[in-house]
Amino acid sequence: MGRLNVNLCGIPLDNPVIPASGTFGYGYEFAELYDINILGTFSFKGTTREPRFGNPTPRIAECPSGMLNSVGLQNPGVEKVISEELPRLKQVFRKPVMANVSGFSVEDYAYTCALLDREPQVGWLEVNISCPNVHGGGMSFGTDPASAAEVVRAVKRVTAKPVLIKLSPNVTDIAAIARACEEAGADGISLINTLLGMRIDLRSRRPVLANTVGGLSGPAVFPVALRMVWQVSQAVHIPVVGMGGVRTAEDVIEMMLAGASAVEVGAENLVNPLACRDIIRSLPEVMDRYGIASLDEIIGGV
Amino acid sequence: MKQSVFTVLENRSLAASVFRMRLRGCTEEIRQPGQFVNLSLPGFFLRRPISVCDMEDDVLTLIYKTVGHGTEYLSALSPGSTLDVLTGLGNGYDLSRAGARPLLLGGGVGVPPLFLLARRLLARGADVHAVLGFNSAADVFYEAEFRALGCTVTVTTADGSRGIHGFVTDALPQDRTFFYACGPEPMLKSVCSRTEIPGQLSLERRMGCGFGACMGCSCRTVSGFKRICREGPVLDKEEIQWEG
Repeated sequence: MGRLNVNLCGIPLDNPVIPASGTFGYGYEFAELYDINILGTFSFKGTTREPRFGNPTPRIAECPSGMLNSVGLQNPGVEKVISEELPRLKQVFRKPVMANVSGFSVEDYAYTCALLDREPQVGWLEVNISCPNVHGGGMSFGTDPASAAEVVRAVKRVTAKPVLIKLSPNVTDIAAIARACEEAGADGISLINTLLGMRIDLRSRRPVLANTVGGLSGPAVFPVALRMVWQVSQAVHIPVVGMGGVRTAEDVIEMMLAGASAVEVGAENLVNPLACRDIIRSLPEVMDRYGIASLDEIIGGV
Repeated sequence: MKQSVFTVLENRSLAASVFRMRLRGCTEEIRQPGQFVNLSLPGFFLRRPISVCDMEDDVLTLIYKTVGHGTEYLSALSPGSTLDVLTGLGNGYDLSRAGARPLLLGGGVGVPPLFLLARRLLARGADVHAVLGFNSAADVFYEAEFRALGCTVTVTTADGSRGIHGFVTDALPQDRTFFYACGPEPMLKSVCSRTEIPGQLSLERRMGCGFGACMGCSCRTVSGFKRICREGPVLDKEEIQWEG
């Protein structure tokens, strides 16, 4: 086994570096710049049952050391993802890919996951439970342990692929939600999704985002993400994928020490499209500097 | 798309809050007028997208307006400074549709991308008329430069302090074959409603990445969702669905 190899829910990864959903599209734009097969894998753009435009623009705002987005899950819908995006993706990416799924009802999640389950290119399903539950009064599935567990059970019934549940940090007790997902049969937990934030334009005295609020990501959130990865990895026995503000090889190692088996890189891809390549290249040297023989050994080593 | 380092050669004021920066670096990925570059500025998380005004060999010309902390930082850079730049971004103007007598319509900092376009159209033997609109005489820039290229130039100002009193749409010449426009959205809307000829427009949206990954700058068109940074910023008049 190589120094960078890790295992995520039974599927080996050449390295733990995974571009996060929503920051890497379906990979093509990045494949113009480097061979994306060097990645552990990547999580493709959040996919829903129906096509979505998402929220009105502007839906991006800058913040100190980060950004807000209120894109709102723009995607062509699961059928087009399968008929158009996956065949194109196959031409540039040969490894199992992580399929990121969102929904507005338990049935939505099950429908979308059942279709993606049949795709041999899909290695893992990463189920984002930060969306509002349209049948449950609009509260996010991810803010209530019982609704989170309900999604997990519904998805597990329709797929044999490993299911990672992507958690929202906008909760009081993230460990309780992670435990509920584990008990319901989740194969892994990924966290954190973005932190809810807001900016106001002083000239217009109006919110910068047309949606008023949006999700904060970027280096600003790294300590919060790290803390939550550590808390969740203490609370569950299934693998944890850490993300939130990861920018460097050092950040990857920090996340792994906190308990992450693999690490997603999000907003950094948007400002440095070579970020993941650079992180993978510099990992061996940074590991040497800190006396780390193999990454697999340091998971949860804090 | 290419990521590379450019060196600032010149950075000077052209008009009120408007600066011209010349930089040296690899321009091979810049293929069409109407494309843009995305500048990384130390201390700012997001890059700043700026349209390509002109390009000759390895020298890139950008004209930008200071509208916030990022562009203010940019305006303070001295020759010799270096910048991390993504080049070759976006889908530019289609020169093949110009016909014999293309019309260029620029409003304020929408004027710069029309400059390289004008140069390329003139090189193809077109008779180019540029109507350049500004708020007032103090805001006018590049009138002489467009004339020196060989364009017919009309300047309009909203307050009448220079050229024709009014907007570019108050000075639309007749008998033109195709239009290319860039400027504030109200101007573009008005151009679309007041022209009979076909045309292309360059749109602006707040961007995240500038290369198609984040979906931050999407818009609806008659042919589906398009990313301003990737399928745009130049779109056909006929495909645009105006919001609001």
